[in-house]
Amino acid sequence: MRLSLGAAAYALVAMVCWIAVAAADGSGDPTAVKQEDGKYFDKDGIPTYKIGAEGTVDWYTYSGFRRYHSDCHVCHGPDGMGSSYAPALKDSLATLNYGDFLGIVAGGRKNVNTAQENVMPAFGTNDNVMCYLDDIFVYLRARANDAVRRGRPEKHAEKPAAASAAEDTCFGTKH
Amino acid sequence: MRYLLLKFSTFGAVAAFAAGSAYANDALIKMSENPKDWVMPARTYDAQRYSPLKQINTANVGKLQAAWSFSTGVLRGHEGAPLVIGNVMYVHTPFPNNVFALDLDHDGKILWKYEPKQDPNVIPVMCCDTVNRGLSYGDGKIFLHQADTTLVALDAKTGQVVWSVKNGDPSKGQTGTSAPFVIKDKVLVGISGGEFGVQCHVSAYDMKDGKRVWRAFSEGPDNEILVDPEKTTDLGKPVGKDSSVRTWEGDQWKIGGGCTWGWMAYDPQLNLVYYGSGNPSTWNPSQRPGDNRWSMTIFARNPDTGMAKWVYQMTPHDEWDYDGINEMILTDQTIDGRARKLLTHFDRNGLGYTLDRDTGELLVAQKYDPAVNWTSGVDMNKNSANYGRPTVVAEYSTSKPDVNHTGICPAALGSKDEQPAAYSPDTQLFYVPTNHVCMDYEPFKVSYTAGQPYVGATLSMYPPKGESNMGNFIAWDGKTGKIVWSDPEQFSVWSGALATAGGVVFYGTLEGYLKAVDAKTGKELYKFKTPSGIIGNVMTYEHGGKQYIAVLSGVGGWAGIGLAAGLTDPHAGLGAVGGYAALSNYTSLGGQLTVFALPE
Repeated sequence: MRLSLGAAAYALVAMVCWIAVAAADGSGDPTAVKQEDGKYFDKDGIPTYKIGAEGTVDWYTYSGFRRYHSDCHVCHGPDGMGSSYAPALKDSLATLNYGDFLGIVAGGRKNVNTAQENVMPAFGTNDNVMCYLDDIFVYLRARANDAVRRGRPEKHAEKPAAASAAEDTCFGTKH
Repeated sequence: MRYLLLKFSTFGAVAAFAAGSAYANDALIKMSENPKDWVMPARTYDAQRYSPLKQINTANVGKLQAAWSFSTGVLRGHEGAPLVIGNVMYVHTPFPNNVFALDLDHDGKILWKYEPKQDPNVIPVMCCDTVNRGLSYGDGKIFLHQADTTLVALDAKTGQVVWSVKNGDPSKGQTGTSAPFVIKDKVLVGISGGEFGVQCHVSAYDMKDGKRVWRAFSEGPDNEILVDPEKTTDLGKPVGKDSSVRTWEGDQWKIGGGCTWGWMAYDPQLNLVYYGSGNPSTWNPSQRPGDNRWSMTIFARNPDTGMAKWVYQMTPHDEWDYDGINEMILTDQTIDGRARKLLTHFDRNGLGYTLDRDTGELLVAQKYDPAVNWTSGVDMNKNSANYGRPTVVAEYSTSKPDVNHTGICPAALGSKDEQPAAYSPDTQLFYVPTNHVCMDYEPFKVSYTAGQPYVGATLSMYPPKGESNMGNFIAWDGKTGKIVWSDPEQFSVWSGALATAGGVVFYGTLEGYLKAVDAKTGKELYKFKTPSGIIGNVMTYEHGGKQYIAVLSGVGGWAGIGLAAGLTDPHAGLGAVGGYAALSNYTSLGGQLTVFALPE
């Protein structure tokens, strides 16, 4: 197939633009550049997702799916998609950064005025959330970047020993 | 002759005594016999949601029109329905739980409003939207159960607070969503918090001054759950000592759930109040071995003392969050040639139960949605050791933590949630708003912190395999346990139904349609799109010689959470296109009462 030079150039520019648009959410470029015991980090050291062959997600993305659906789903809807009154976090994370995310989950949020009464609880004392905060962030980050579809990730990496150890430390008991 | 005389006078004395204790000063029963009014949440104590009004009938309902409307000023899920007493309509709202008294003689002009000041920090402790299921009336007072668990009595004429009591503690995850229930000189009220590890209860308060008279927990020691080990029966047998605590491990019952956020019914002749309890805490079954009594249970209690006459647990050791709180509908029907006093209950678990409401005998337990698969049925053999227990299909048990159990029907929201069914004595059919949704369910270990969610499971929901409708509105024969007709709906039917003597049955859809169907055939006769999805209960009243139909619109509740973004099929494999319809494509938030009538 012969492409004209113009068409090829256009295609190249389009591809570069696509890459540029895909590589940024509220915390920056989500590309995983470092790995520690099955947990991935971007160039700024912020936790991120890693999707492998055949859509296999890293453990923390998978764990985040489960923990999100345990404690966040009841207000924020399935798969970070939002409900009739709480925002779709897959959209929120397009502009919300990691630090702010941690602060909101730990401290809660109030939007109370004459038009609405939206209150998010502070989860700071809830081990079931705080011990998996990075997992939930990584999962939502993956959703925000369309790296994982809706629903339970079909394939995931094995649970690293480091993840179990972190749970035990966090809960203060054998988990 | 002498013998007959003695027998007659004894009967007369007994009848007089019964009438005296049950009916003395009970103006509310008399008021509920006036079909023009709607004086309690289900109009009458039997919870049939049936109106004798028949100005609107199958021949003319097609001409129904919106007559007037009222915006509540609140944009969250609007459950329940207004009350109408004489020329005044009483409308309630979701949090902040405002109450309006509207003058029907003057186009709904606001006579008074009550606007409680509640700490907004109660909002995040409400698991499933900030709904409220409505008001009750008694002795010149309107009763409201606020989100922060305050039970308040308002002067029906002025809206002034007569008394106010705190029924629970939101800092421990306890909240209020249910409608209070007035019986004789008491106001009964439940409590919410099954997802927050609350040891739930029903409490009775003196109607005059709000002093608490009794409190019956759903689980705990005998003196807390108000059962008599020898006199309280379960399917005819005494429950025995420690019937609840011996079905829990250690102290787990103290954070046991069994919450009482649903509807109540009352039989004045038997003097029994009926209600159901919700799921045990947590959603992770392996953290609470045992049958977890008396969660998921139908209670029949004496309203004066709270003592239970009989109990029946529908889902022992729940593994799916099938709360047992749905309405108890009382009917008098003939089964096998015998006239019986019945109680019919469409449980979250997908089974339609018919019991003898006097003795608690189980007569029927059949699936009211063919898709139900977690159980192969209830053991109806009175001589069996498992009599009354549902047989769990191993494939759909969720007993293993950290395992994703797939394809369970119904989903946790059940074949029906709190949205109440109706009964027509004309057709002897029940009209049931149902959900048609299945789920994957994965439990895992969680720790308890007071005031924080205590859930412990992940779930994803989708319609049954090969189907795309997420709901059906059905007609059900409770004597035989059979579906008579079924109208499919795109979304779960989440509104309360209304049956009328005009042969018309009404319900609302999540897209916002108020619909009228023929009670005999289910044929759609009328529909109108209200401003927002309907999760309220349709009601009817008469004013100035005209019959009106009224329903609250305002999408929310669990439907607004689980269905807003649409469902996807997790087993469709890579490359599946889209999912099922998203409710957010049909409706946004709203808060409105729409009232319908025939044209002049």
